[in-house]
Amino acid sequence: MTDTLERTSESEAPSPNPVDWSKVQKWGSLGGLTMSFIAAIGMVAALDKRIIISPWLSLGFITLLWVPVAYGYIAATEKASDGSPPPVKGARDIISGLVTGLISGALFALFIVIIDAVDLTDVFRNLGPKLVELLTFGLGLGAASVIWIVGSGLLGLIGGALKVVRPTVRRVVSSAAMGVFGVALLELIVTDISQGLHIEFVTDWLYAINGGLTTISAIVVAILFGLLGLRSDDRTLTQRRLDRMNLEPQVLVRRNAIAAAITIAAVIFLPMILGGLTNELLANVGLFVLMGLGLNIVVGSAGLLDLGYVAFFAVGAYTTAILTSPLSPTWTPELTLNFLSWEGWLILAIVLVMAAIAGLFIGTPVIKLRGDYLAIVTLGFGEIVRILFLSDWLSPYFGGAQGITNIPSAALGPVEIKGTNSQAMFYLIAAFVAIAIYVSWRLQKSRTGRAWTALREDEDVAEAMGINTTASKLTAFVTGAMFASIAGMLFAAKVGSIFPSSFKLLVSIIILVIVIVGGMGSIPGVIIGAIVLIGILGGPTQPGLLQEFGQFKLLIYGALLVVMMLKRPEGLWPSLRRQRELHHDEMSQDSWLQGTSYQTGGVPEDEQGGTRYTDDAAPIQDGDG
Amino acid sequence: MPMLDIQHLTKSFGGVQALNDLDFHVDKGEIVSVIGPNGAGKTSFFNTVTGYFSPDEGQILFNGVNISGHEPHEITELGIARTFQNVRLFPDMTVLENVMVAQHCRTTTGIFGTLLNTRSFRREEAQIEANAKDVLSFFGKRLQGYRWDQPASVLSYANRRRLEIARAMATEPELILLDEPTAGMNPKETAELTDLIRQLRDDRGYTVVLIEHEMRVVRDVSDRVVVLDHGEKIAEGDFETVSHNPDVIEAYLGRPAEHTDE
Repeated sequence: MTDTLERTSESEAPSPNPVDWSKVQKWGSLGGLTMSFIAAIGMVAALDKRIIISPWLSLGFITLLWVPVAYGYIAATEKASDGSPPPVKGARDIISGLVTGLISGALFALFIVIIDAVDLTDVFRNLGPKLVELLTFGLGLGAASVIWIVGSGLLGLIGGALKVVRPTVRRVVSSAAMGVFGVALLELIVTDISQGLHIEFVTDWLYAINGGLTTISAIVVAILFGLLGLRSDDRTLTQRRLDRMNLEPQVLVRRNAIAAAITIAAVIFLPMILGGLTNELLANVGLFVLMGLGLNIVVGSAGLLDLGYVAFFAVGAYTTAILTSPLSPTWTPELTLNFLSWEGWLILAIVLVMAAIAGLFIGTPVIKLRGDYLAIVTLGFGEIVRILFLSDWLSPYFGGAQGITNIPSAALGPVEIKGTNSQAMFYLIAAFVAIAIYVSWRLQKSRTGRAWTALREDEDVAEAMGINTTASKLTAFVTGAMFASIAGMLFAAKVGSIFPSSFKLLVSIIILVIVIVGGMGSIPGVIIGAIVLIGILGGPTQPGLLQEFGQFKLLIYGALLVVMMLKRPEGLWPSLRRQRELHHDEMSQDSWLQGTSYQTGGVPEDEQGGTRYTDDAAPIQDGDG
Repeated sequence: MPMLDIQHLTKSFGGVQALNDLDFHVDKGEIVSVIGPNGAGKTSFFNTVTGYFSPDEGQILFNGVNISGHEPHEITELGIARTFQNVRLFPDMTVLENVMVAQHCRTTTGIFGTLLNTRSFRREEAQIEANAKDVLSFFGKRLQGYRWDQPASVLSYANRRRLEIARAMATEPELILLDEPTAGMNPKETAELTDLIRQLRDDRGYTVVLIEHEMRVVRDVSDRVVVLDHGEKIAEGDFETVSHNPDVIEAYLGRPAEHTDE
């Protein structure tokens, strides 16, 4: 087989494939459109204040400049299709990249000329003289156009060239670029940590006064990260996971133990050296991890698409508010959320019971519905719950739009855990997250968890296997609801006042996005997803690490979701099962090419009897012998 | 008293009469084959017995209990297991998990036992795993060793059929309904499975009802054959009797030419 492949590639090698102009045209135009779109929605202007490399490169321009590089790379890529020889790399790719970049640049220059000539500010607020000035660098239109076309062409060329160079070079370059970008972007948290460790001199040197890396420090960071890139190897993430699966169990256990120990140590010690702002971010991440883990049971394990999940978050928050706040409209026992006395635990118990009741109340009538129907109905219920809390009818109990204020802080004995003390708050939330992780983990490999998986895979068959599907689904639904209600309780104690507007549909959707982006059914996936979305981009109302992105948050969520669905539908850190489900073909093909059986660590595939025709009369050779 | 006693079973979908006044019984320890041309109502019959369809009329007595109108999982719990015509495994669960999950109705540990990791939970989990391995060992070396941890989706077609039977066995039934167990198998595998079906009864003590198109299998395993056509029972008896019955021949091959001239 290898022989044939080599021969074919040799025979075609002398005539490298010509440039695929239609593809170049397509990606070039797309590039121009993308750049114009990004400029038109005001991203460039809004993010121009955030400096990446002082004084000449801002985040605003990076939102434009990545386009020709990426699209040039894509236009240069010729996909190897089954059975045909691998494409020959060469000048063709570089030319493709260059032309793609040139087209993008030209279209973008045209865009600048148009917005300069026609005043569109009435319709598109951003498309005014200010944007033109920014995009022309204060130069004339002609000069700026030339800069954009040439610059974009060069970037496209770099993109195309990245396709041609050896993988090692590509890795070093991308590692260096991502390193510089990351270090500059995470300025806040890096500064925070260095202050905690009392090594401010590092960040003083690293960052310019008005933010961003200095040119020299950028070069140093690039070199450091480039060296890091040199060390990693060619495997993709999926391959890495597959390789890891083939490790000896003992090695795997040891590695997992080390990883867990590092994580636990980080969770315990990191908040001590972090400042208030970063801890606040982490606390928010924790809240969403809690909810994400709950939804992960409902959607990831049991496969019930619940779009009204925020309802249970609201139930938890309102229950806590009524039980603790002296300003609760009708009645309150004025308990305190003190986890060293019975009161705190009583609140927790009541919150859980209320969530279970709400879960049964919403779940029982709808649980027989499947798929999309369930999603729509739960979406409706989620909104109903919010509107009930908002309604005049129930405002004597829940305060209507005014909500419930003066919710006292949580406490541990005499120590009060104020919402503003984000470090203490983080530890409190982390404790509950730890419990949630334990619960999720235990349930995964148990009778209940198996029943949920079976439900997700084939409901009818699950029923035939003796699983009471209605009861199992309700159990999943209620368990998920309880996780969210705990998050609601902590949220109420953290912010001190709650309003119906805190529990919008958007919260449900964002939690779902966390689960999808992280990896459905995967516990580490949910944590990663929450860190990426809530910690870095920011939650529905909570600011993230990149506060500048605030107004574009939903756009980025959407883009992220689309890219994930296309390129990595199993999520950032998928569960083994999802990975199998979505990459089964590739995985079996890979192993077939390697001549080994899929996932068996080299045991050859035997008895493919079902697909093999054997004549009755002929002696049959069977795999089992 | 027969183990499964079905009287006047009728089920129609709109104008289509899937089952029409069907009487049927299975005694303990029997192997009964249900045959008939495509669309005769064989699978509808299975679906009605296992609770997927509720009958329009008639009753289904299993060990003297009327099970018509029960939920499928309740019927499984009472001791009727089934396989599906178009193999329906849980493709992304491992082979072992597929069989483990089938023991759901025979086990009890709930969420709290799981979370507290109680001794009874651990004992039950160990028992479930042991049972699963025992059931899989029924198929010889086919579903052993490294196969346990493979997802069901990578199995060969024949192995999927075997796994489905294993899964049905794991529900600890008294009666197993096999829907075309040898479909898509080669002759060697078919012969092997024919033996296994007999062993299901002889060694494991199950009563078996199977839908089958492969006449050799029907001939080799059946104590009794029931022929359905248009939802009605048109013949019943041992294979020899049934295979020479003119009604059966007509149902399969059509009416002889001279009759159509009328």
